[in-house]
Amino acid sequence: MNTDRLIRWAIWLYLLVVFVFVFTPIITSVIFSFNSDRFPTVPLGSFTTKWYQTVISDPDFWKAVRTSLLVSVCSGVLATLIGFCTAYTDFRYQFRFKGAYIALALLPPTIPLIILALAMLAWLSKIGASGQVWSIIIAHTVLCAPFAMGVIRLRLQQMDPDLESAAWNLGASEWSAMKNVVLPFAKPALVSAFCLTMAVSFDEFTVSWFVSGLNKTIPVAILEVLQGTVDPQINAIGTFVFFTSMTLVIIAQLIFTARTNRSS
Amino acid sequence: MKNKLDLYALTWRMPVIVWQLLFFVGPLLFMIAMSFFLVKNYRMEEAFEMKNWIKMTSRGYFWDAYLYTVFLASLSTVVTSLLAFPAAYGLAFKVSESTRRWAIFLLIIPFFTSYLVRTFSWYVILAESGVANAMLAYIGLGPFKMLNTIFGSIVGYLTLTFPLVIILQTLSLSNIDRSLIEAAQNLGAGRLKTLWSVTIPSAKVGLIIGAVFCFILSFGDFVAPYYLGGSKPPTLPILIIDTTKAGQQWPRAAVVAVVMMLTLMTVAYTAISLAYRKRR
Repeated sequence: MNTDRLIRWAIWLYLLVVFVFVFTPIITSVIFSFNSDRFPTVPLGSFTTKWYQTVISDPDFWKAVRTSLLVSVCSGVLATLIGFCTAYTDFRYQFRFKGAYIALALLPPTIPLIILALAMLAWLSKIGASGQVWSIIIAHTVLCAPFAMGVIRLRLQQMDPDLESAAWNLGASEWSAMKNVVLPFAKPALVSAFCLTMAVSFDEFTVSWFVSGLNKTIPVAILEVLQGTVDPQINAIGTFVFFTSMTLVIIAQLIFTARTNRSS
Repeated sequence: MKNKLDLYALTWRMPVIVWQLLFFVGPLLFMIAMSFFLVKNYRMEEAFEMKNWIKMTSRGYFWDAYLYTVFLASLSTVVTSLLAFPAAYGLAFKVSESTRRWAIFLLIIPFFTSYLVRTFSWYVILAESGVANAMLAYIGLGPFKMLNTIFGSIVGYLTLTFPLVIILQTLSLSNIDRSLIEAAQNLGAGRLKTLWSVTIPSAKVGLIIGAVFCFILSFGDFVAPYYLGGSKPPTLPILIIDTTKAGQQWPRAAVVAVVMMLTLMTVAYTAISLAYRKRR
């Protein structure tokens, strides 16, 4: 029917517009990072790498990179560990107040970051733990663990629960069944969860900005530059940030979907 | 299944409880308590006084900010949900399974990719002499003032929430039982009639959850209204930042945060009971 084709075309066109809108800021930022003009607009100036050179020769940038990497790796590891424990508990056990338990684990992403930022700042100052690199790590672990739990829980969902009991019946202790059956099965999800949570931590700026004190992560450094002027260096740093977090998210998704499809 | 509470079970169960009580529930409860503290000579004193609450709620600018934030977040929710729906509908019904998977794959990437830098990018694009106006000038339009307007704020909110809302809507639409839709069409319902009385009600829960997340994210975001919206008037998150960073008035900022949490809880509760209400 003709109307059907028309609708189909309209929808494809609309999807195209949506994806252009979603990816425009990322692409623009990459293009302008190589553009010579001080104020980024069209027509473009000439090709240059001077913004990258300025950024690379700035010791503050490298300091921020080190802080960011340290924070995101540590929070990624902690969040993945906690996420695994929670996902496994949810998969394996039934108990009273399990609903409350799951809610406690999953709630952080539903609280606005600005509120968590203030709460964390106040609480960490109170217990004498604010303004340190590990203050950011503590806060980011809270934010990231639910994502890790979600990813790992989805993977465990595909495991036959009898697999573990079979190992017990063959004489394995719970610990060795964990080590030889559950962990190998969950391994791709653990890697995936680690990459995803590392990306979340790497990009987070509100909470970091509040609790980090003088230890700026890259997004916090960007935030502070933004309060001044339009600085084309931001495009160069931004491209670096995009590249890092996109790579992490893509790896996380590829590992997760590859294993999921193979086993089903 | 062994189900007793032994060392093994506790090893897996305890980490999240301990961590969340210490670093999630603890901070939130302390923040609520802090809204009753006093500040004397730039130092916070633990107390239980209504001073901050009275001070904040008696100010006109607080209520201006409150209403403006609710307005912006509601507008963002309506606009995002409406713009996302055709895309989600297309992804759920008009493309192949593998295209849908790829589309979701692509949408997940920006959701986890620096929102701050993407907003800065929009700032440059929407500026007076930016890319958008330069392109509009080619076809003889403009220049339009796009920064420091509600339009700017909405572009920012869309940058934050659009991919997530499309994903949530797509998932809920593609889980609808197809035979329901076919049945409606066989019974002679037209496209719009089917959409309105079968498709949308069947996906209601997912659509509302998408909208709730959109509201929460927009309501709590300071980047879009600050950098793209011009912060006139400020929104509640901007008020929190100003009060905390510039004024050192943490207890007053806590009042704002508690009011925000109460608002969000009310909105989420209302929306979710609406989502699960049986249709008569």
